[in-house]
Amino acid sequence: MIWSKRNILFPLKLTDSLLQGILRAGAVISALVMLLISLFLVVESWPVLGQISPVRFFTDTSWHPLEGAYQLMPILAGTLYASVGALLLAIPLGIASALFIVYYASPRLAKWYKRLVELLVGIPSVVFGFWGLTTLVPLINQLHPPGASLLAAILVLTLMILPTITLTAYSALMAVPAEFLRNAIALGISRWGMIQGVALPAAKNGITAGIILAAARALGETMAVLMVAGNVVQYPETFFDPVRTLAANIALETAYAMGDHRAVLFVSGLLLMLLVMVLSGIAGLLEKQRHA
Amino acid sequence: MNSNQSTDKPNIFTLGPLEAGPACCDPQPAIQVRDLSLLYDGMIALDKVTLDIYQGCITALIGPSGCGKTSFLSAINRLTDLIPGCNVTGKILVHNQDIHHPDTHAQTLRRQVGMVFQKPTPFPLSIRRNLSLPLNEHGITQKAEIAAIIEQVLRDVGLWDEVHDRQDVSALSLSGGQQQRLCIARALALQPKILLMDEPCSALDPLASGVVEDLICRLRGRYTIVIVTHNLAQARRIANYAAFFWVSGRAGQLIEFGRCQHIFESPSHELTAAYVNGARG
Amino acid sequence: MHEVRNTHAWQILRDRGVQFLIYASVLLISAVFIWILVDLIRGGIAHLSWEFLIEPPRDTGRAGGIAPILVSTLLILLVAVLTAVPIAWTTAILLAEFVAVDNAFGKAVRFSLHVLAGVPSIVFGLFGNAFFSIYLGLGFSILSGGLTLACMLLPILTSTAEAGLRTVPNTYRTSASALGLTRTAALIHLILPAAAPVLAAGLLLGIGRALAETAALLFTSGYVERMPDSLLDSGRALALHIFDLSMNVPGGDTPAYASSLVLVSLLLCINILAMKFAHGLQRRKIMT
Repeated sequence: MIWSKRNILFPLKLTDSLLQGILRAGAVISALVMLLISLFLVVESWPVLGQISPVRFFTDTSWHPLEGAYQLMPILAGTLYASVGALLLAIPLGIASALFIVYYASPRLAKWYKRLVELLVGIPSVVFGFWGLTTLVPLINQLHPPGASLLAAILVLTLMILPTITLTAYSALMAVPAEFLRNAIALGISRWGMIQGVALPAAKNGITAGIILAAARALGETMAVLMVAGNVVQYPETFFDPVRTLAANIALETAYAMGDHRAVLFVSGLLLMLLVMVLSGIAGLLEKQRHA
Repeated sequence: MNSNQSTDKPNIFTLGPLEAGPACCDPQPAIQVRDLSLLYDGMIALDKVTLDIYQGCITALIGPSGCGKTSFLSAINRLTDLIPGCNVTGKILVHNQDIHHPDTHAQTLRRQVGMVFQKPTPFPLSIRRNLSLPLNEHGITQKAEIAAIIEQVLRDVGLWDEVHDRQDVSALSLSGGQQQRLCIARALALQPKILLMDEPCSALDPLASGVVEDLICRLRGRYTIVIVTHNLAQARRIANYAAFFWVSGRAGQLIEFGRCQHIFESPSHELTAAYVNGARG
Repeated sequence: MHEVRNTHAWQILRDRGVQFLIYASVLLISAVFIWILVDLIRGGIAHLSWEFLIEPPRDTGRAGGIAPILVSTLLILLVAVLTAVPIAWTTAILLAEFVAVDNAFGKAVRFSLHVLAGVPSIVFGLFGNAFFSIYLGLGFSILSGGLTLACMLLPILTSTAEAGLRTVPNTYRTSASALGLTRTAALIHLILPAAAPVLAAGLLLGIGRALAETAALLFTSGYVERMPDSLLDSGRALALHIFDLSMNVPGGDTPAYASSLVLVSLLLCINILAMKFAHGLQRRKIMT
């Protein structure tokens, strides 16, 4: 960093200190936004956090917020099932896509396929949800009614987190030095042997970081899941049962929630944010390790 | 081959079998190269090289940069297959087997013809895994067998005493010279007949370079070694044969090939004389 | 002496198997992508016309067009971008040009933005509802929706701009200081122009993100589908319109298809343009 030695390189003139003032003000606002969000979530959650013991989220008989019953477990379970299911599908598909781009496709094909994945990122979640609602749900309904189900949520989420996994795995694999691969081939190791033995272990941290980011995205995704999951508060017994996720629950009930109910929704929002923050923190650490 | 050979000189590599190996420099050709030409995108990079490389000897390839020495080396284990737009014509026989014959599988060939590169490149795995990965890939999966091979090759390259008690640490924690010896051990683990070395000492400091050079000398006899080097003094010290390449226009050519002594002391070509005496190149 | 076994038959079989699986995955993903696009086009193209874009919706959106919705979307975007860009870019300039990488304040800001980037959009919605709509008394309005989106855009705008500024070679800065330029002048005349393509790419990505957003607007900008009179009026964004048509309006599928087609085409154009601006290394940093 050259600027860190500013006093040697640049005499601090008036315009410069004015500019610095403006820049600092902007940065302070940027930093404050996160604080403000945390603050308001906590303030809005306070009525519940202060009065109702959080244990009730796990001990109440059911989720009937209008009657003051706040059993969150079925919703947490639905969130977890949908995210884990989507990850189980998206991880192999995403890594396969990245391997295809880096090691299997011709340069032309690789370019096109990568562009396709990048465009997949650009499709808004509401459109994924709409497509799931009009195409996937009727298809699943033919297989096993009602159609709007855990399975539909998993499939739509898979499509949404696949690009994240593919693109992070792609950049991690591209960062594997070509010498490793040349050495592996000179040892008579086959292409898959090289990928499995050398390239994937070398890119492990980057790929894991991508998977964790994708998990965070799956947990927080609202609209697409809201539109296809059926939103019944229950423990799903099969893939064809409807479920409700934490994020969808907030979207469904905030509009009419009052008092404690509203506070409970803010608590679940806080919970969701903390979960996602922990995940992206881990991903950040892994990234840092990779660059170190 | 047992590795616990008695050594009367304690601080040298325990490469016992060498002394008992085949007489050095039997005039048996291990690699026969006939009219080998290499084209990159239609441009000739190496022009009609014909040469025999003798079994158990060290053959040094010398010459200025860009004269096709490395290309020649990569043609022998068909690493040129990986370069898009690279076209190889002519014939190479490795132990009387045509390497471009459809029945010759590139991976089988590369198992017989090991290669060590300029930059030491251990994989970012543990020391043990570096050595066991290629073995697994070639169908050796029994743990005891792998451990025995690892011990043997580590002794061969003089790393056993240095690393035997920390085989599970990352190979990247080794010093540059140790890394390069590990790469040589990795190549040796596959029991190649031939070792190709592309400037194996040039990325190392003089001390480590000396250790690796000693090691190469000790491998003489057991392996046929082809080494590219820019260090003429080194070529002179270690090689039995030397091949001098020169570049005319864009195309590399083999100017002269012969016993090392002949190339360095009484070369028959004036370019060779100029190059080895430091006048050209 | 160990024997190296002849194993390549087994190896070839394994490699072929893996290759088959990889190609199959890629084909599957491409097929689904094309399936989605074809579905959207087939469902929406017949309904899409010039009238659809310039007429107000009738019969809760089953008939008519999306003109007021486009206007509301544009206004929300404008509020979001005009608020977020000055804050984000000043932050980025400070982080990239004025504070050392290990400066505590810079680290704190960067960390805060990193955390902000991970916050799910529905949580932004909750916050926007509590802070802008209720605490600041802006109600369900374009202004509170736009401001909520501005918070969401801060991290992406800042990180792309910072990455862009960092790709400007240091020689620019040293030669500017050698010429005795003030840092302000160097910034305005040399560094910002050099980083402009990346700044533009980041801006486009941010606009795309805002355009695609639904959950954060659910309880901030409101549902009203008529033409907004002012920024304090409620306005329905295009993405929200699609949601409402498909979930709450029976028989709203056809206009929802057409609206999706409009939204996806807009986003595709924006993203392709953004990719054009940011090449190579910068692109890798920004897109992933």
